[in-house]
Amino acid sequence: MFAASETLAPLSGGWFLDNAWLAPVVPTIGFALIVLFGKRLPKKGSELGVLSLLASLVVASGAAWQWIQRVNSAAEEQFVAPVVRTWSWWQAGGVEFTIGQHVDGLGVVVLFVVAFISTLVQVYSLEYLRGDRRYTHFFASLTLFSAGMLAMVIAEDMIPFLLGWEIMGLCSFILIGHWWEDGANSRAALKAFFTVRTGDIGLLVGIAILFFAANDWTTENLGLSGFSIRGISAWALSGDPNSTVILMAAIALFIASIGKSGQFPLHTWLPDAMAGPTPVSSLLHSSTMVVAGVFLVARLYPVFFAGLDILGPSSNVIMAIAAITIVIAAALAFVQTDIKRVLAYSTVSQLGYMMLGLGAGAWLPAVFHIFTHAFFKACLFLCAGSVGHSASHHSFDMKRDMGGLRKHMPITFAAWVVSTLALCGVFPFSGFFSKDEIIDNVGGNGYTFFMIVGLGGAFLTAAYMTRATYLMFFGEPRGAAAGEHGHDTHGHAHDAHANHPDHSGPHESGVLITAPIAVLAVLAIFAGLFNATPFGESWEYLKKWVEPRAAVVVEAHAGGPGESLIIAVPNAEEGHSKSPCGKETPQDGICYAPQLNHAKFKWSKAFLSLAIVFAGIAVSWLLSAAFYGRRDPRLVGLTQRNGLARAGYRLLANKYYLDDFYERGIVSSVSGPVARGAYWFNQNVLDGILHGVARGAKAIAHVVYRDIDQRLVDGTVNASADATKTAGATVQPIQSGRVGHYGALLFATAAVAALVFVILNT
Amino acid sequence: MIAAELLVAQNVGFAIIALLMIVAALRVVTTNNVVHAALWLVTVLAGAAAQYVLLAAEFVAVTQVLVYIGAVMVLFLFGTMLTRARIGAEHDLNNPYWRLGIPVAGLLFAAMAIALVSSFGDEQLPSDARVVPVAEISDQIFGPYLLPFWALSFVLLAAIIGAIVLARKD
Amino acid sequence: MLTSQFLLLGAILFCIGVYGVIARKNAVLVLMSIELILNSVNINLLAFALRNGSADGHTFALYIIAVAAAEVGVGLAMVLLIYRNRRSIGLDELSEMRG
Repeated sequence: MFAASETLAPLSGGWFLDNAWLAPVVPTIGFALIVLFGKRLPKKGSELGVLSLLASLVVASGAAWQWIQRVNSAAEEQFVAPVVRTWSWWQAGGVEFTIGQHVDGLGVVVLFVVAFISTLVQVYSLEYLRGDRRYTHFFASLTLFSAGMLAMVIAEDMIPFLLGWEIMGLCSFILIGHWWEDGANSRAALKAFFTVRTGDIGLLVGIAILFFAANDWTTENLGLSGFSIRGISAWALSGDPNSTVILMAAIALFIASIGKSGQFPLHTWLPDAMAGPTPVSSLLHSSTMVVAGVFLVARLYPVFFAGLDILGPSSNVIMAIAAITIVIAAALAFVQTDIKRVLAYSTVSQLGYMMLGLGAGAWLPAVFHIFTHAFFKACLFLCAGSVGHSASHHSFDMKRDMGGLRKHMPITFAAWVVSTLALCGVFPFSGFFSKDEIIDNVGGNGYTFFMIVGLGGAFLTAAYMTRATYLMFFGEPRGAAAGEHGHDTHGHAHDAHANHPDHSGPHESGVLITAPIAVLAVLAIFAGLFNATPFGESWEYLKKWVEPRAAVVVEAHAGGPGESLIIAVPNAEEGHSKSPCGKETPQDGICYAPQLNHAKFKWSKAFLSLAIVFAGIAVSWLLSAAFYGRRDPRLVGLTQRNGLARAGYRLLANKYYLDDFYERGIVSSVSGPVARGAYWFNQNVLDGILHGVARGAKAIAHVVYRDIDQRLVDGTVNASADATKTAGATVQPIQSGRVGHYGALLFATAAVAALVFVILNT
Repeated sequence: MIAAELLVAQNVGFAIIALLMIVAALRVVTTNNVVHAALWLVTVLAGAAAQYVLLAAEFVAVTQVLVYIGAVMVLFLFGTMLTRARIGAEHDLNNPYWRLGIPVAGLLFAAMAIALVSSFGDEQLPSDARVVPVAEISDQIFGPYLLPFWALSFVLLAAIIGAIVLARKD
Repeated sequence: MLTSQFLLLGAILFCIGVYGVIARKNAVLVLMSIELILNSVNINLLAFALRNGSADGHTFALYIIAVAAAEVGVGLAMVLLIYRNRRSIGLDELSEMRG
């Protein structure tokens, strides 16, 4: 039946793989318990949060370990089936809605990252938010967020995926506005929520399009509904979809990713989201939540692959937007004085890198960058938080309240430097292995322009991070770092001050803060070795464990991939499988993942990128030292003197006027007329109806009273009384009281009766 | 033949007494004088007693004379006296609607007459009827009809007491 | 003697009594009319007793005489009472129980 076929090894399973659904469920239970009992516990509910996330981490680690065993147990080119379990919770109209788990390599990686960083951030928050007025609620929301993201990661179906997505959005809103007493914070929370919401329209539209397009095919061939993720993936690569339909679906889903992952043009919410506490920024808005958009594209990659014709002759919208994002975000990072905003724009820029990789067909490097970026970006944020907590009196203004802190905060400084180098992509730190792979593969797939954009972005990244490092840790201490007790420059009006013993100056933070930072810094150094392509294929662990193999799969039975599968591999050569997945419609089988290319690593390319990075560091260092340090007169006041510089600075300072455009241009112009229209409708139509009804009721009541009640009902009653009276009056004379009358009447009646009797009887 | 004569004599006797009774009864209900009415009633009662004899009910006849005429009529006369009935004619002894009585009585009589004649027609009373001895009457009273007798004694007792209670002056 | 002649006599007396009850205003005269009625009943009873050859009729005739006596006694007592209160025994004046 097939040209060449092998029977394959049964894949190993395991308890953690089968029960990976516990990973989101335990934090959900934790959330409920914190909400119900948190305030009464000795540590105000934080112990429940940490413990539940620790449990999730154990499940995630176990699942990761067992997944690795599973991959190792598979044959060379065998498609490693994900561990899928479903429970049906509703059936309607022939469609079955299920909830369950879909554990594969991608899921396991992101599961581990989320659980790990969530746990570390929870520990960090124990110290950072000590004494906060809403301590318990913070931990409740943080735990719920982790639960939501974990649910989204292991979702087997688009409906639970959407559920997790929305829970994350809700928790982001709650957590950004944690200190909502300050109006700026609540405005930032609203802005984040609504901007991401705008993107979520795309998610709903995309899910709907995919369901209606895919449902027939998936039900027929796989016995799955059109919501099922693996069903959609298989459908996308089956050649069945109409190219316009799948293009629309891909674009709709990508719009959702734009919103969630802060790509241009919906990136404006991320910097404002820094109004939340630093643990929130490090967990949600750098390593996990904002990655959800990238995760969506990676998860449903076949849809994008087929819809946008990735690896095709031309570039696509993902790449275009990603490239724009990389550049504009990096540029904006130069004019920020708030360190968290620098890091926020850096996050936006790095997300752009991930999207660029996905758009260019570099799936594995993008996923690997998710992995490494999570560690060093979270570490950077936590370091910024540590500085704010212990040195700059909760101010994040670099120019005003920081400087020369490397002497006072050695651990934080070391972690910061390590993470910065990782971010810049310096060998041998982790960022080098992931970011440079993206750039390499983008170029390798033929998109030279975008490769240059990526390299330019790397230069800018190195530059702005050096600037930030200089301002924070070098030079002379300024403001709060110098020990001056000013008022809080940021609106973080929280009461941790009371619990924070006032030292005379900046100092290193407590162990609950520095320990997570240290852990993350170590990972920032060594995480790159999980897929160290320069060192050869044997070091490419993630490629082996995570990347789905593009093999044609024959279902053993409908309803899901079976344990033993047979591959149809026409003309299989050793070491490579010439699978048609992604390139042609598979015959006699089903494809779950497309065949992708991997660029061959060359040290010459690496040296080029390293050179660019070092150039960036050097240029920025010199300029920073000149500008902020020795105050070179050529640079001081440049923007005041030079019109071009001033215009450029103003453009950047106003964030390309995008915020103004969105708020005044779009929102006000819609909300104003809509509000006025709604008011008109309410006053004239709704109230008009109400008044009309009231008037009508009043008229009816009047009629009822006058005619029906007074005339008809009362008339009837009166008439019956009159009739009774008349009848009584008529009969009354019989009761004359006179014996004679009675006697006469009696005998008269008797006589008549007698006559009647006589007549009757004769 | 003697029977025929007797019968003829009885019939004649009956006819004369009956006529007398009827006229007397009519006078009772039409006279303007209360005392005259009482006396005409006596006549009726006496005539009735004679009829009882013709009906071979001698004991009842005697009782009738003794009780009815002897006690009841005396009672009537006393009552008339005590209620200051005017001696002589009075003019307002009739109800204003006395004319109603005529058709009523007439109707009643017509009904009864028709019923009687059509039922009994030419039936003859037995001519050899024996006289009922008093002993037999007393046997009946103190035998089957004992209960009515006792009731009657209560009635009389109640009547006596009632009349006394009603009529005494204090 | 015909049975019916006695019965007819009884009927005539009865009707005359009825007329008297209806037509008479004076209470005593009404009572007298009632006596007429009672006597007519007696004649009836005795006629039937003779016809049937039993003593039942006699017994009951005696009972009726006794009852009539009692009734007249009570009735006249009432008439007396009425006369005492009203100075008149016209039955048309007794209309207190008028409805």
